Amino acid sequence: MSALLELDDLHVWFDLGDGGELHAVQGVSLALDAGQRLGLVGESGCGKTTTVLGLLGLLPPSASVSGRVLLNGENILAGGEETIRPHRWNDLAIVFQGAMNALNPVQTVSAQIVEALELHHSSSGRAARARVAELLEAVGIPRDRGDSFPHEFSGGMRQRAAIAMALACNPSVLVADEPTTALDVMVQAQILELLDALCRDFGLALLLVTHDLPVVAQLCDRAAVMYAGEIVEQGPVDALYHDPRHPYTRLLFAATPDLQGNGVPISIPGAPPRLDRPPQGCPFHPRCDRVFSPCPTKHPPLRRLDGEREAACHLNDVPAGVTR
Amino acid sequence: MSVALREPGAVIEQEPIRSRRGIVWQAIRRRPSATVGALVLLVIVLAAVFAPVLAPYGLHEQVGPVFGPPSWQHPLGLDDGGIDMVTLLMWGARISLIVGFAATLVSMVIGGFVGVAAGYFGGKVDTILMRITDYFLVIPDVPLMIVVAAIWGPSLFHIVIVIGILLWTSTARVIRAQVKSVRERVYVKRARALGAGHMRIVFRHVLPQVAPLLIANTVLTIAVAIFDETALSFLGLGDPSRISLGKVIENAFERAAISTGAWWAIVPPGALVAVIILSCSLIGGAIEDALNPRLRVAHLSARSFRLRPLVGRSPESV
Amino acid sequence: MSANGRLLEVDDLVVHYPVVRGLLGAMARRPQQVVRAVDGVSFAVERGELLALVGESGCGKTTTAQTVLRLLEPVGGRIAFQGQEITTLSHRQLRPLRRRMQIVYQDPYESLDPRLTVRATVEEPLLIHRAGGSKAERAELVRDALERVELTPPELFLHRYPHELSGGQRQRIAIAASIVLGPDLLVADEPVSMLDVSVRAGVLGLLDRLREGGLGVLMITHDLSTAARFADRIAVMYLGRIVEEGPAAAVVGDPQHPYTKALLSVVPRRDPRERSRPQILRGEAPDAVRIPSGCRFHPRCPAAIADCREIDPALEPAGSGAGQRAACILAG
Repeated sequence: MSALLELDDLHVWFDLGDGGELHAVQGVSLALDAGQRLGLVGESGCGKTTTVLGLLGLLPPSASVSGRVLLNGENILAGGEETIRPHRWNDLAIVFQGAMNALNPVQTVSAQIVEALELHHSSSGRAARARVAELLEAVGIPRDRGDSFPHEFSGGMRQRAAIAMALACNPSVLVADEPTTALDVMVQAQILELLDALCRDFGLALLLVTHDLPVVAQLCDRAAVMYAGEIVEQGPVDALYHDPRHPYTRLLFAATPDLQGNGVPISIPGAPPRLDRPPQGCPFHPRCDRVFSPCPTKHPPLRRLDGEREAACHLNDVPAGVTR
Repeated sequence: MSVALREPGAVIEQEPIRSRRGIVWQAIRRRPSATVGALVLLVIVLAAVFAPVLAPYGLHEQVGPVFGPPSWQHPLGLDDGGIDMVTLLMWGARISLIVGFAATLVSMVIGGFVGVAAGYFGGKVDTILMRITDYFLVIPDVPLMIVVAAIWGPSLFHIVIVIGILLWTSTARVIRAQVKSVRERVYVKRARALGAGHMRIVFRHVLPQVAPLLIANTVLTIAVAIFDETALSFLGLGDPSRISLGKVIENAFERAAISTGAWWAIVPPGALVAVIILSCSLIGGAIEDALNPRLRVAHLSARSFRLRPLVGRSPESV
Repeated sequence: MSANGRLLEVDDLVVHYPVVRGLLGAMARRPQQVVRAVDGVSFAVERGELLALVGESGCGKTTTAQTVLRLLEPVGGRIAFQGQEITTLSHRQLRPLRRRMQIVYQDPYESLDPRLTVRATVEEPLLIHRAGGSKAERAELVRDALERVELTPPELFLHRYPHELSGGQRQRIAIAASIVLGPDLLVADEPVSMLDVSVRAGVLGLLDRLREGGLGVLMITHDLSTAARFADRIAVMYLGRIVEEGPAAAVVGDPQHPYTKALLSVVPRRDPRERSRPQILRGEAPDAVRIPSGCRFHPRCPAAIADCREIDPALEPAGSGAGQRAACILAG
């Protein structure tokens, strides 16, 4: 029953300095089983990156966090940094968008991975070097290129190196934050193929954070759609595309151009609400094309619909055919 | 406040407009030391400007004995000519500030022009102008000032020009660096693609971006200029017909104020120069810090977030 | 305005950048190398047409766009705008032409002067070209431009600063400033890649409507899905050359060049059931300093034959689309 990684009612606030507060993540709950691939999708500012930074304990001092992060049933958020640190890298690894920032420019790629291994007491000396060779091979970096410096690598190779580093300590969960956003389509395809293979071969669970719906549709089993700091819908990707139960999910797919799909992509009017001044009612109602009476006043909770689906929309409380 | 609108306009929030122009004020207001510096400087400037009205006695009026000690009538005593020190300080600050501002204006015009031209045009123009700047930078200030003052003769105008010519180099370098980065901004490229000429780009897009930096530099340069003028006057190279703070110190020194124990003739003018310089530095430093984002980022150590108790859940659902 | 001649015609355009040799290289008198960023590119844009120049980063698409507007200098080839050759015009001679060809940049957060209000930004092109008549007439033109980019009512936006606007709104402002002079050609360099998905279609739809009004648009993009939906024609670039060109539907539906085919195969589809079968090319495009002999794509081409190493193929008619052409000896 219990999942490998579970987020329970995670909240993140940021102090704005002038006494104000920004409620960036507003009660996110997620579950990830071993070997599962979950996409966390949303537009800029929806809180998807803050959510994963929160679960990894990588937030700045201006942030405050509440909620539980359960790793194999243990709440690793309970003691703050003290209880998270032993699990970071060892169980939960992360790959960021800008791979250049994750790598030290004045050290060779191999040396950095060896250092990471030694720091986490995973292995050292000859064993560490052997492990590095293994890791580089797993991510598709030719063995002799390990002695290169990060700037000698192309964007795709850097991202591979960053993935190798993330995998160094045999984590069970890989969190990838926009891993292909800065890359070209061909290199993106290579990295997605790599992530796919890693999940399959090593049984890694993947939490993929992205704004790119097609990437999630192709790589993930399940997805959670975030809007204004909340999850508005989650379920299997197939169901999200073919039978969305939240208008935002439907509109987001409709806004995404597709190579073969017919029909011109639509644009969603308006902009997301500001999180320092939360709106009344459903946060999406000012932009929604299916607003009805309760939307402007009543905030819809995320409700389980059937076996695997959850959505936060009043339309799901209305018997079919009444408003459609 | 939402207005019914079609697509893109839908949500715009009312927000106070904060232009970059506001940065200077904000920088001063946010830092208490800079606020104090600004207030002190304001008081000194006002006292100097209104010296003819505010000064308790005449500037050339002997109102008591030579080196008369501080008293109720003369809180800071009298100088070697029996002139009231408070009066002397107000008139002296007036000349010092005039020299400081005028010399700074000269150096800002030169430094701003050289910096903008070098940074904006780059290439050969940049190389030549920066070489010239380097030459000026390695000239030792005080000896040159002494030589020039000696050759041209000591006059207020000459002092202003000499100080101005010596102080523009750091301004030119700072402005050049900033202009170089502004020049690469996309909106400057866009203006060029629109067919805008150099003058238009410089005055409309580049200068306004470097203006706050220029202001910070101006304030800092004023401090240096006042210091230099004081030093020149003290060395006897100042305009003998004008009484600046440096001249006041020099006079007292010449007339053996120290050996007669008349500290009040020498300490207050020195302290006033120091206070003016300190105020300028506090203001200029605060503006510079506000403009430099690298200094603003205080914490990259991260991971020191705070925990809050669980919220929004009834006990039974946990 | 000359009616004869195409809106924009580019013929065999070549743009090189010098490679920085470094001190050692200069001392050893190593020959000066060049990046052949654009290496013989020809295309045309008609009035009322949207041509998408598609390719991966480093393929030379942005360099091509900038050179077309003479923001970069070509080392060879010809650029003709409305029948007039502009390749060798001096910058002074070019200035009157600039009001008829405009550019929209990728980053709407960087391309607007943060200190200028919307009104000042949109009015600036009028002031630069001393166009638009009196102050009141200019104000009218600014309002009109804002309405055309669907920022309505204009009063709501005129006195705002860029930081008060969303990315989509900023990009619309940038477009408004580009169309206020009534240009004939608009170069849009990745106009939506920095925007959120939900507002991209709005901006692209806007370009589409401007195109219907007779504007010729040259859009640079790395996103084939976007090009497929919004372009009339697509030109695919690889390593400084156009390798395939034709009507959007034909290039996407019946690609002729192996590179186009590979590129199309790796575009993720939004329907999870349509699992793409990506034909992933190994490695990355070589840099434009050492361009391979023969067909420049042959080292990565899955279909390459011995001849490909020798023959540098020209764009020849191929495929089913009207005017579809591909640079591959195996196509057609």
